[in-house]
Amino acid sequence: MKFASEFRDPKAAKVLLAEIAKVADRIGATKDKPVHIMEVCGGHTHSIFRYGLDKLVHEGIEFIHGPGCPVCVLPRARVDECIEIAEREGVIFTTFGDAMRVPGMKKSLLQAKADGADIRMVYSPLDALELARRNPEREVVFFGLGFETTTPSTALAIQQAAREGLGNFSVFCNHITVPEPIKALLDDPHMCLDGFIGPGHVSMVIGIHPYDFIAQDYGKPIAVAGFEPLDLLQSVLMVLRQIAEGRAEVENQYARVVPEHGNPVSLAAIDDVYETRPSFEWRGLGEIDKSGLRIRAQYEAYDAEEKFGIGYATGRREVEEAEGCACGQVMTGRMKPVDCPQFGRGCTPEMPLGALMVSSEGACAAYWQYGGARAVEPAE
Amino acid sequence: MALRDERVTLAHGGGGKAMRDLIEEVFTSVFAPPGMEDQARLQAEALAEPGARLAFTTDSYVVTPIEFPGGDIGKIAVCGTVNDLAVGGAKPLWLSAAFIIEEGTEIALLRRIVATMAREAEAAGVKIVTGDTKVVGRGACDGVFVTTAGVGVIPGRVEMAAGRVAPGDVAIVNGVLGDHGATILAARGDLALSSAIESDCAALGHLMADVLAVAPGAKAARDLTRGGLASALNEIAEAAGCGIEIAEDALPLRTEVVGMCEILGLDPLYLANEGRLVVFVPEVEAEAALAAMRARPEGTGAVIVGRAVEGHKQVRMTTAFGGQRIVDMLVGEQLPRIC
Repeated sequence: MKFASEFRDPKAAKVLLAEIAKVADRIGATKDKPVHIMEVCGGHTHSIFRYGLDKLVHEGIEFIHGPGCPVCVLPRARVDECIEIAEREGVIFTTFGDAMRVPGMKKSLLQAKADGADIRMVYSPLDALELARRNPEREVVFFGLGFETTTPSTALAIQQAAREGLGNFSVFCNHITVPEPIKALLDDPHMCLDGFIGPGHVSMVIGIHPYDFIAQDYGKPIAVAGFEPLDLLQSVLMVLRQIAEGRAEVENQYARVVPEHGNPVSLAAIDDVYETRPSFEWRGLGEIDKSGLRIRAQYEAYDAEEKFGIGYATGRREVEEAEGCACGQVMTGRMKPVDCPQFGRGCTPEMPLGALMVSSEGACAAYWQYGGARAVEPAE
Repeated sequence: MALRDERVTLAHGGGGKAMRDLIEEVFTSVFAPPGMEDQARLQAEALAEPGARLAFTTDSYVVTPIEFPGGDIGKIAVCGTVNDLAVGGAKPLWLSAAFIIEEGTEIALLRRIVATMAREAEAAGVKIVTGDTKVVGRGACDGVFVTTAGVGVIPGRVEMAAGRVAPGDVAIVNGVLGDHGATILAARGDLALSSAIESDCAALGHLMADVLAVAPGAKAARDLTRGGLASALNEIAEAAGCGIEIAEDALPLRTEVVGMCEILGLDPLYLANEGRLVVFVPEVEAEAALAAMRARPEGTGAVIVGRAVEGHKQVRMTTAFGGQRIVDMLVGEQLPRIC
């Protein structure tokens, strides 16, 4: 497969791994005193485990799996709100596939569907728009979820709905942004990170400069990276070299996809449709200032929160995380998935307790699926 | 022609003349079951052989869309049940076919499905000897559901069971993986993906017989339907109480299928197949089994994908990258990823 297989070449990987080992030795990284590199994006976490990169790199490098899986960080209250909307008379609720299994307080969308709600899996908000055109007597709601990668497509769907005057389409907006939770992590006094691998597909939209604060204000190196194994290894090397040379910069490993200043058309669409929320709740991390987006008043007619009087539109109820769930500590790098008392016991991909077990991009699910931990057999 | 309707109505399920016309014109005239009684009366010489056993299996088939590149629901209904018999080492002999038909279904579609079934059954060397139809109201089923049951005979010397697989045995797959699953995904049309991939749907009775003829020590086989190769290997590892190791670069995968999986965040190891199986044979018989498969059109792409091992009880894959990872059972269904 051209344009992918080149980036999975084992020979090139060996060269990179050797170079990584050399630099890691030079800066004195060891198994007991490792360099902590956070890959922010769930897609990166998935690739690291899928290709076994965590076991291939020098033992002095430890990957800390960041909060960049939109399905994982979705608070249970928001899932409940999805279900509340989906169960209203006349609603067709549309969602991306991997949000189907996320547990709310009582049930998941998959269970709500079995209970009779009209919930449909779509591959794009434009599919939801088409459903709205074909079902004028129904109210079609799209579950807008994801970081800056998916935000533009939802924005375009709303703009299109407005142009067509489509009165039966709305978006339940849960779009969130990447830079703010990174800042929250860096401000955490327990934080022990030495560098970052930045999410490439987010930067395809926003460019690399929104990360300048990581290097300038916090003195940490970051490499914006692609998702193939060679991309990841190369970006690890870039971060290590920065550390070795005492630099802290924003480097772009994924230049074949990521323009320095992002995609102006996407950014304009986002800016036209959305504004920043004062704060937004992240599962495991709590409320983070200015980390979420809401639909501007100008497009209020397409805002499901307003239309159904739900969520932040009503003021918020507090929802407790599941008991014993240590997702927050795992996401901040303070605990490894295997060290969570629930891992593989109360919390498995079949019956996820915590967010990180839900999506295949969550650190715990990746650990479980690809056996990062199964040397430890699950207790009965 | 007594049957003039273009579509099935509830009258075709009512027990009267309309029903008789539908059954005779669309089904029995094509399947030509033996005798006029309500049950098939069957005799198999193969059963007289010492140690021979009957094999009996059933499966229901629902697929959207009903017709897809490379086949239709009828083809899957025949091949799927034939394959369930074949992987147990049985020679497939007879099938039943029961149809649940939604009111409004085109009769021309039923005729096409039945024609496919008759053709596939003949090619597979099985007879469709009994059947049934029911018509249900609109919305009570999705077009046509088909249930087939199959009966075959396992020769006395054949003893296929997953529990017999032992460390050292070699795993062979008869061709590229995931074509059926990818075809169905693309054919549903809600992805706006176009591809030239066709379903791998095929009856594997003859292929299995050829393998058993040259590899009498074959231990176990599984057809790679829902859950794909990954699920089949996990079932075998569990039953055998040993590990299975496969190599990523040995896996037969079509570029288009890999590409589609990349886009959707799916894993081809879990995609469904309808004409693929994995068979475990002792190492000394591996080359002969491989050659026997490759000599058949449904096995031209046969390759060794891995082997049973000692030391652990998991299915593990050495990635093309040199890393190793566990290949686990599928949890729920595969869901496309957001980004």
